Amino acid sequence: MPSSIVEFRDVSKRFAGPDGEDVLAVNNMQLNIAEGVFFSILGPSGCGKTTTLRMIGGFESPTEGDVVIDGKLQGETPPNNRPVNTVFQNYALFPHMNVFDNVAFGLQMKKVAKDGIEPRVHEMLEMVKLPGMENRKPKQLSGGQQQRVALARALINLPKVLLLDEPLGALDPKLRKGMQFELKELQDRVGITFVYVTHDQEEALVMSDLIAVMNKGVLLQVGSPEEIYEHPRTRFVADFIGETNFLEGTIAEVSGKEIVVSLNDQTSVKATSDTSVKKGQAVSVAIRPEKMRMDGGDNGTVKGLVEETVYLGTEMRYIVLLPDETSVMVREQLITPERRRSYQAGDEVGLNWDPEHALVLTE
Amino acid sequence: MASKPRTKRERFTLGVLISPTLFWLSLFFIIPLFIIFVYSFLDRGTYGGIEWTFQFDNFVRFVDPLYLRIFGRSLMIAGVTTALCFVFGYPMAYWIATRSPRTRNAFMLLVMLPFFTNFVVRTYALRFILFREGVLNQVLFALGLANPEDPPSILFSQEAVVLGLVYAWIVGMVLPCYASLVGLDRSLVEAAQDLYANRARAFLRVTLPLTKAGIVAGTILVFIPSFGAFVTPDLLGGSKSDMIGNLIVQQFGMASDWPFGAAISAVLLVTMVIGTIFYFRSLRTDQAPGLG
Amino acid sequence: MATPLTDVGQTKTGLSYQSPTRHGLVARVTGILFSGYALLFYFFLYAPIFLLVLFSFNESRFPTNWTGFSLDWYVKLFGNYAMGQALKNSMIVTITSTAIATVIGTMVAVAMERFGFRAKTAVEGTLFMPIIIPDIAMAIMLLVFFALIGMQLGLGTIIIAHVAFNISFVAIIVRARMASINPDLAEAARDLYANEWREFWRVTFPQLLPGILAGAIFAFVLSIDDYVITFFVSGPGSTTLPVRIYGMVRRGITPETNAVSSLMLLVSLVLVPLTLWLQRKGERS
Repeated sequence: MPSSIVEFRDVSKRFAGPDGEDVLAVNNMQLNIAEGVFFSILGPSGCGKTTTLRMIGGFESPTEGDVVIDGKLQGETPPNNRPVNTVFQNYALFPHMNVFDNVAFGLQMKKVAKDGIEPRVHEMLEMVKLPGMENRKPKQLSGGQQQRVALARALINLPKVLLLDEPLGALDPKLRKGMQFELKELQDRVGITFVYVTHDQEEALVMSDLIAVMNKGVLLQVGSPEEIYEHPRTRFVADFIGETNFLEGTIAEVSGKEIVVSLNDQTSVKATSDTSVKKGQAVSVAIRPEKMRMDGGDNGTVKGLVEETVYLGTEMRYIVLLPDETSVMVREQLITPERRRSYQAGDEVGLNWDPEHALVLTE
Repeated sequence: MASKPRTKRERFTLGVLISPTLFWLSLFFIIPLFIIFVYSFLDRGTYGGIEWTFQFDNFVRFVDPLYLRIFGRSLMIAGVTTALCFVFGYPMAYWIATRSPRTRNAFMLLVMLPFFTNFVVRTYALRFILFREGVLNQVLFALGLANPEDPPSILFSQEAVVLGLVYAWIVGMVLPCYASLVGLDRSLVEAAQDLYANRARAFLRVTLPLTKAGIVAGTILVFIPSFGAFVTPDLLGGSKSDMIGNLIVQQFGMASDWPFGAAISAVLLVTMVIGTIFYFRSLRTDQAPGLG
Repeated sequence: MATPLTDVGQTKTGLSYQSPTRHGLVARVTGILFSGYALLFYFFLYAPIFLLVLFSFNESRFPTNWTGFSLDWYVKLFGNYAMGQALKNSMIVTITSTAIATVIGTMVAVAMERFGFRAKTAVEGTLFMPIIIPDIAMAIMLLVFFALIGMQLGLGTIIIAHVAFNISFVAIIVRARMASINPDLAEAARDLYANEWREFWRVTFPQLLPGILAGAIFAFVLSIDDYVITFFVSGPGSTTLPVRIYGMVRRGITPETNAVSSLMLLVSLVLVPLTLWLQRKGERS
């Protein structure tokens, strides 16, 4: 089992709120980040992900609990004594220094000899694809270039952990996609543990080996992108990553892995659950839109009325109204153009799915 | 929103708006300034008036060691004052800048308030404390640090003048340094710490250089009035701490040598201008964000 | 700029608001020591003033011992004829010069903010000079000038001098206020009123008022407190309060001096916060 490079043991963080009461930014978090992974912390604004990152970096100390880096308890250790470097959201490049001095800063602080610094800076700038920029000042660089300098400045120190605080936020979409790929590639190459904070779930899915989903200070689930997507453990996770349809009901029958849920409109559907459930428990059944199939006739587990159709080139999206007045979304890939107009608004349809794609969620 | 006046009416309005200022300042500022420079080349008349003969005598006189000593002393006193204002004022500006946004302004106001009181009164307050039977000595007696029979005379010395000037002008350092510090991006300091700089080194390599503009402005705001000081050395210094300001005033008083006084003033003004240009130059070459 | 919930305690810009996020002992002790320094600073800043005022109430003539609380010295002050004259002169000079300087300063401020013209930098420079020039230089400049044109020194020359240095200060304050006014309002008004003059009076001017008032009060304080320039351009019989006080100070330490000084302090300490409050009030609206 790969060793943990970062560990959170019962970590909580409290802040004094603007109105005087305390805000619990991080709530009793246990975390284990293995060495060499690309680890993302994903969640909406205000969920505590940045605070978590800052506690690893040493800019905040936990109110309760311990932060352990590379086996050593961090306690009150300041950022300058931690084997961790950060790429800040606004890059935080020193405006009064040129690119060379910015990138060399960490090495200078560590008192590396001058002739040792120069080749490493050049090498680093090559690696981030900014050769020859040594003498420019930050204000002369574009956003994307500044971001690379920030990356170089952090990586050159070969930290045990590299922290990235939504570094791609300020870039335009196309540049962003390019950088996502580059960052992933970079991480593969240098092998350093990346802890990456973002609110963009697509970004997390693309880049990460492991994703930790947070909301309101609580760590909800940690898993690979596939695990998170296919086996979300809570409604929030299911909803935050991709799109999900929720059908509300209670457990009617439990037989091993197979579960029958009685929906609020009396229909029974088959589903599976990753946790144990009891008869009579109120649950949600989560089904991804692309896992639903539509039939024209009476063959559907659930019947509905097509409300809206949206053509998106690669797929069709249908909003279907169910008898209990809730709507679900169905996505159908347009492999052949004929499928384009299979259904129209006003059509009565039946919805079907594999029971293993219907997940029972209790939280 | 400033645009060139387009209509005749606008030009007229512009003219009306700025002419009183132009009139007043030209007549009562520019012209007198010019006259002073002219005066410095004149000679003192036998009966205390002036003689319209142009000569460089006044400036030559100034190069006398007696006067140069005063000039040097003024530079030194102003320099020491500025340095002390920085040493004591910058940390204060830093402290206020690191308070919560809600209380910052109140703290700053508290610092600025004494600055707006009557200068003479404030200097008198210091004199009140420093004189022989003043509060300072009382405290020293009580602490056993001084002998009541032979009270130390802190007043009427160069030290007292420096103290008075620092007391008077330290706000001129605190205010621009504060403005600079408040505008500093905190993430830069964190970045420095992230890159293995401890608090002291982060301060020296990031905070201090980036607040340079404030420090420069503060230096000017303290040095200029200190160099040309008159009231402070007059009230707190003895005859041995005469500064350029005192020298000038003497020429218009007992010595009754107006041209010489004008000449000294000219020297004073030119020194200031050179100093200011010099400092503004150093500001521009660095391009550090500061007071803007 | 609202700080979202996660960022409580962490501000992206500004060296502000060190929230107590690092609980280390060293951090806390340094913090306390630092605040101690600040306290000391305030103490030394206010102690002289405080003591000055305190001893103006001392019954005894000698500050070395406190014999009791007394308003005697203030009473004496009010009976002092020369002091009354000085006060009268101060009032005349200050009120007149403030009025003139405020009007002229506001006019030039409006001109500078509204218009761009070729000589603008020259005018800016001219306005800047009275602020940085040392008192002495300005004082003797004017003295020599008045002597040369044969103008007699008196209240008139003092007023002229005060206006000369106050125009710049009023201009700066009013300009600052003007820069923070929303230009769209003026545009909209011009759109409706079609007459620039009326637009100015009904829209821009009312918004400018707090700034003008602030500038006027500032000029008032500078004028009433001025010593050096006033001393040089005043003649016999036109002594103002600061000049009078200076004479008293030179003669030595007396409780009467403390008393009149305390009164002058009161004036500044009341008026200055008023100025700042007016400026801030204007900004918020």
